[in-house]
Amino acid sequence: MIHSLFLINCSGDIFLEKHWKSVVSQSVCDYFFEAQEKAADVENVPPVISTPHHYLISIYREKIFFVSVIQTEVPPLFVIEFLHRVADTFQDYFGECSETAIKDNVVIVYELLEEMLDNGFPLATESNILKELIKPPTILRSVVNSITGSSNMGETLPTGQLSNIPWRRAVVKYTNNEAYFDVIEEIDAIIDKSGSTVFAEIQGVIDSCIKLSGMPDLSLSFMNPRLLDDVSFHPCIRFKRWESERVLSFIPPDGNFRLISYRVSSQNLVAIPVYVKHIISFKENSSSGRFDVTIGPKQNMGKTVEGVIVTVHMPKAVLNMNLTSTQGSYTFDPVLKVLTWDIGKITPQKLPNLKGIVNLQSGAPKPEENPSLNVQFKIQQLAISGLKVNRLDMFGEKYKPFKGVKYITKAGKFQVRT
Amino acid sequence: MSASPAYSEEKGGSSSLGEPEYGHDPASGGIFSSDYKRHDDLKEMLDSNKDSLKLEAMKRIVAMIARGKNASDLFPAVVKNVACKNIEVKKLVYVYLVRYAEEQQDLALLSISTFQRGLKDPNQLIRASALRVLSSIRVPIIVPIMMLAIKEAASDMSPYVRKTAAHAIPKLYSLDSDQKDQLIEVIEKLLADKTTLVAGSVVMAFEEVCPERIDLIHKNYRKLCNLLIDVEEWGQVVIINMLTRYARTQFLSPNQNESLLEENPEKAFYGSDEEDSKDDKPDAASLVKRKPYVMDPDHRLLLRNTKPLLQSRNAAVVMAVAQLYFHLAPKAEVGVIAKALVRLLRSHSEVQWVVLQNVATMSIKRRGMFEPYLKSFYIRSTDPTQIKILKLEVLTNLANETNISTILREFQTYIRSMDKDFVAATIQAIGRCATNIGKVRDTCLNGLVQLLSNRDELVVAESVVVIKKLLQMQPSQHSEIIKHMAKLTDNIQVPMARASILWLIGEYCEHVPKIAPDVLRKMAKSFTSEEDIVKLQVINLAAKLYLTNSKQSKLLTQYVLNLAKYDQNYDIRDRARFIRQLIVPTEKSGALNKYAKKLFLAQKPAPILESSFKDRDHFQLGSLSHLLNAKAVGYQELPDWPDEAPDPSVRNVEEETAFLIESHIGLLGELREVPEWTKCTSREKRKEKVEKPFYSDSEGESGPTESADSEPESVSESESESGSSSSESGSDSGSRGEESGDQSEEEKKKKKKGKEGPRKACLESAGSDPSEEEEEQGKKGKKKKPQHEGKGGSETSWEEGSISESSSSESDSGSEAEESQSEPESKRRTTPPSSKPAPKASRKGTKEISLLDLDDFTPAPPQPASSPAIVSTSLVTDLEGLTLTDASLTPTMLSPVFSTVKTYELLHRMAGEGLSVEYYFNRQPFPPDPHMVAVQIQFSNNTESEVKNLRVSEPKLVSGMRIQEFQEIESLAPGDTANVIMGIDFCDSTQAANFQLCTHSRQFYVSIQPPVGELMAPVFMSENEFKKEQGKLTGMSEITEKLTLPDKCQSDHTIVQRVTAAANVSRVPCGADNEYRFAAKTVTSGSLVLITLEWKEGARAHLTVNSEKMVIGTMLVQDVSQALAQ
Repeated sequence: MIHSLFLINCSGDIFLEKHWKSVVSQSVCDYFFEAQEKAADVENVPPVISTPHHYLISIYREKIFFVSVIQTEVPPLFVIEFLHRVADTFQDYFGECSETAIKDNVVIVYELLEEMLDNGFPLATESNILKELIKPPTILRSVVNSITGSSNMGETLPTGQLSNIPWRRAVVKYTNNEAYFDVIEEIDAIIDKSGSTVFAEIQGVIDSCIKLSGMPDLSLSFMNPRLLDDVSFHPCIRFKRWESERVLSFIPPDGNFRLISYRVSSQNLVAIPVYVKHIISFKENSSSGRFDVTIGPKQNMGKTVEGVIVTVHMPKAVLNMNLTSTQGSYTFDPVLKVLTWDIGKITPQKLPNLKGIVNLQSGAPKPEENPSLNVQFKIQQLAISGLKVNRLDMFGEKYKPFKGVKYITKAGKFQVRT
Repeated sequence: MSASPAYSEEKGGSSSLGEPEYGHDPASGGIFSSDYKRHDDLKEMLDSNKDSLKLEAMKRIVAMIARGKNASDLFPAVVKNVACKNIEVKKLVYVYLVRYAEEQQDLALLSISTFQRGLKDPNQLIRASALRVLSSIRVPIIVPIMMLAIKEAASDMSPYVRKTAAHAIPKLYSLDSDQKDQLIEVIEKLLADKTTLVAGSVVMAFEEVCPERIDLIHKNYRKLCNLLIDVEEWGQVVIINMLTRYARTQFLSPNQNESLLEENPEKAFYGSDEEDSKDDKPDAASLVKRKPYVMDPDHRLLLRNTKPLLQSRNAAVVMAVAQLYFHLAPKAEVGVIAKALVRLLRSHSEVQWVVLQNVATMSIKRRGMFEPYLKSFYIRSTDPTQIKILKLEVLTNLANETNISTILREFQTYIRSMDKDFVAATIQAIGRCATNIGKVRDTCLNGLVQLLSNRDELVVAESVVVIKKLLQMQPSQHSEIIKHMAKLTDNIQVPMARASILWLIGEYCEHVPKIAPDVLRKMAKSFTSEEDIVKLQVINLAAKLYLTNSKQSKLLTQYVLNLAKYDQNYDIRDRARFIRQLIVPTEKSGALNKYAKKLFLAQKPAPILESSFKDRDHFQLGSLSHLLNAKAVGYQELPDWPDEAPDPSVRNVEEETAFLIESHIGLLGELREVPEWTKCTSREKRKEKVEKPFYSDSEGESGPTESADSEPESVSESESESGSSSSESGSDSGSRGEESGDQSEEEKKKKKKGKEGPRKACLESAGSDPSEEEEEQGKKGKKKKPQHEGKGGSETSWEEGSISESSSSESDSGSEAEESQSEPESKRRTTPPSSKPAPKASRKGTKEISLLDLDDFTPAPPQPASSPAIVSTSLVTDLEGLTLTDASLTPTMLSPVFSTVKTYELLHRMAGEGLSVEYYFNRQPFPPDPHMVAVQIQFSNNTESEVKNLRVSEPKLVSGMRIQEFQEIESLAPGDTANVIMGIDFCDSTQAANFQLCTHSRQFYVSIQPPVGELMAPVFMSENEFKKEQGKLTGMSEITEKLTLPDKCQSDHTIVQRVTAAANVSRVPCGADNEYRFAAKTVTSGSLVLITLEWKEGARAHLTVNSEKMVIGTMLVQDVSQALAQ
């Protein structure tokens, strides 16, 4: 399946290669560079490239291209999903999936890649199994290792691969037994010029951090499970239980993981927590334009909207912007033409406003396109869909765990057209 | 190794020689990198005695490999360390070896023996890793070794090793494709494997080695479907894709009726196909009439079992299921995949890209499916262009009369985007909407005309091209637009647009008679500076004008043609020459001239604007080939549906039981693995035997009385007999009436006559033997039918019988007590036991069925000496227990059912050279060790000579298992039989206990494998306790199955009997009369096993087993439901 993997940074250096079958020369990447050049933008490099003898399937993560070489028919998503899993694993191990992190831990990276694929077919992709095989580096351990010469390899043979529950380590022990669930909801929306909602939906995830000893069997139930329209599960969840009782029943992996992701059924009207008033106009035959944006809270259930950031991709003709803000600070990147306005918290008493003059390239025709505003915000202690966790029960272990649920609402792809 | 240019420059020529920048231990951050310049010191380090130095060196070497630098000259130094004790060094050596072995084959051979040793290691993980590395070394010389290793590993005990073997198959195949036939054999074997761990890997091997051997799948089809949900995610993708292909060859199209009817109007669209479709129609109609379509249950099974996987977090799995549904499901059901696919659009942009391509293809065929999600395809300004364009494609495909206005409004927003490529694509999309939906054609056209005044040239050009296509549809009404466009020739510079305008004017020059010559004039002026494509259209325009309006344009045309004659481009010169000959009448031009007008001004059909994704669906969706729209290497065609379904019986498997259980324990898998692969052989055996009791059902009558008779001394034997007899699901209550009671008594009398045994206990226990029951069956059983059961008169005596019986089956620690209690009862009814002779002789006379052999007891089994003592001590406590049972059993007392003991053959007469050995589970505690299961073994000597020194030796046991051997039997006379009891601690698993049975002259390898129901001992419980315990054992520990009770199994007692027969459990009282509860503890670990059978209305019932031993629970559900279903 997956023949080889090349990691390439933004400047086109191949800084790591790994082959699971016979060696494929680096020159195969030239086809990739060609496509990259053609695409102009990193986002537009086609994920699948056909070359005379191979197929290249690539992903772009954290300024690194993961380019895999394929020789025969394989579902492209299979490879893409796997590459993302590799990147996730690096993230998990090194805290970041960057070129430096990979280069600093090249041996561990190599060991990981060796375990994750056998002859190009995924072998162990569960982070719990991998961690049993290869211990993640910590500062303490690397110091100890360099002194004592001991290694990152697990000393004992990993039994996780053999178990019924491959996602969980065999012997887990904690002094404090805790289970935390973060219900995170994101609002995806497109608001049109007049302020009416073209499209809005709520996507949510439940991220869990579970540190429980032994083999706990948890079941998590909701007050209003019917809200969840489309759900995708971590493999640990028992599908039948969900189908019949709408209860999430599972033996959790150890540590951090994403329990479910869901979409709230589209029948429910989505409450949009902020509104944006905007006047952006460019005068004909003059080298200036007007920019005036006000943002205010709306339907926020009495909670504070915070962490508000507005990003605007201005037309290419814009040279500079002279603006004043009543709250927060703004920056304008004249190269990328991106205006970023970091507002922070919105208080209804005094609505944040940013206005001023846009300087255009002299002589250039008036830009026809209107930039759209991308808004980010956060609301703590609120799940905008109204989803509520009812209770968490634990079976199979005697101790009493500490349980916690946190709700948070964020803007997802929240765009205001002007 | 070629490094990137920048890199090699920096390194100079020495880049291949271990520049240690990354060849250094990452922990020290490359500070000391300059200390090591050459490989020499690496070699030194590798040769040193210190593991830490070796590790350091290996780390540097691996870092070099990672950079793509050549480290092959270190091979000899590295390969020496292949047997290093340090795990990390070892692993890194493996990494090195796999990378360079191909280049240094001779040296690589040095390492082979290490791996061969590893293949024999007792630890499965080491075996697996040895095989993994061995098979990854691509050295052709070792092909035979690899083949051998794979074959061996394919029958390894550990599923993990078998998985590794499956992985190794494609490796070997790519190394030497001549091995195909042998490899297929291994694949075939592994396909039959029942563990989820292996399933994914072996199907992958199948796909790589022999995807054409679809016949190998038949027998495994249902199993794969059932296992699917529990297979790891990557395996799921491979299996689903393979099953899609399989289903296409084996089942009929679920849409055959609709699709034929529906495609027809479409076909009629293209004139040439019309006839075909007419032909098809009657065919289709008659087909429908002949054979109403019924979906094959296996087809349904596949659809049903894959559906939950749409909820997977893995995009590849979701896509695989989606394509399966798209290709296989009836039209009405395909819709379910839309939601899941739309969900994937939230994922990474690469995933979006792939999914959108597939959605684009699907939305052409099944537009309705995605219509509800229209808004999810709306485009954001932040989407990458390639995603935008795909979304646009989908939106266009989804457009219809009802939603077109919303879509067009969206498009208006898009046209103002900054991304010009995207704007151009939008304009084309508008054009497509306009062609497809007549209602909005004018609106679109007007909109596009407005765009002609756009400042951006690209936008205008694209609009022109699209307008041209639209105008072709109804040219007459649009002369205004054509005039407008003619004016544009002054400004528009984009060649394609200019060419389009010129073509339009030429085509419709009669609608704009005044403007056309003027345009030609302008173009003639600028002819030399035009692009080729424009020049061709100028010539075209000139020719058309010459034909329609030669007066005004004759000279201009001449001029243009002259210019063209000397053009650089030969196409243009050619065209000019050709046209001149055609239109300007000369002597030579001949007949063609007359037709010039027809040639140039013929009615041209309007172009059809259609999606580039049309017809892509002949590639399997989700595949690389579909994405590239070209056949990728190794792509397996998705076959068309067959006209006639191939024989569905090929998928029948003898062992249907595997599919009885549909309940999965959530997504949790592999629970069934242990039972199935270990049990499969024994199960068939068991089944045969189970069938016999079917008859004996009606005759098992003697069972209860006899067990009641049995006395304390015989604990170990007799009880075991009665216990096991009760365990048989078979025995039927029907025959128990007074008569039957009489019979059994009679029989005992017979026995008395037959033989004078030294011990009465022995004799009585013998009375309860199954063989005897069978005998009886043979004689009278058939006359009696279950309906007899309820006979009032028989009740009292039967009650007693059943008490003792059930108590023996329920007895927890010391069922002996019950026995002793039952003794008086039996005495009341039967002749005094003291006078009973051993029944041996009489039985021998009737020995017809091999089971009979069981009855023959030899005088001195090893245990009895000790057992009486135990009995007496525990007597009191057990009496208490008994009263409890009594109460709990009253409701079922009316007509309990008993059955024959299931016996298993340990050694067949033939194989044992005259010595035949059988065993059964007597369901008694094994006094020397309560954690052991008692197994009663019966030897019979069918030889002419004495068999001496019968004993057990060399047990080969799975770790944790223990055997308590029976005392050696000194000698066994010819024709004689002997009974012994041995204890086996099975560790609560159904793994077989293997050992050798030795005689003075021979050794026989034998194995005992317990059915899951025998791994437990009954416990007493109150209703409340039961509920409490059950509450603790929910979730994962709870396994539920729905089943249908057959008619003959709908009475209380039958159910109770069958359950207790299938497993060594005791009944727990229960308030509700449609619910049955049973409890037991596993013998080794003492974990509770709770069975609940809830009888719903009709024949439906819910069977629930709660046990923290999930494997046992799963298997028990299977066994009990099987017992009930019989």
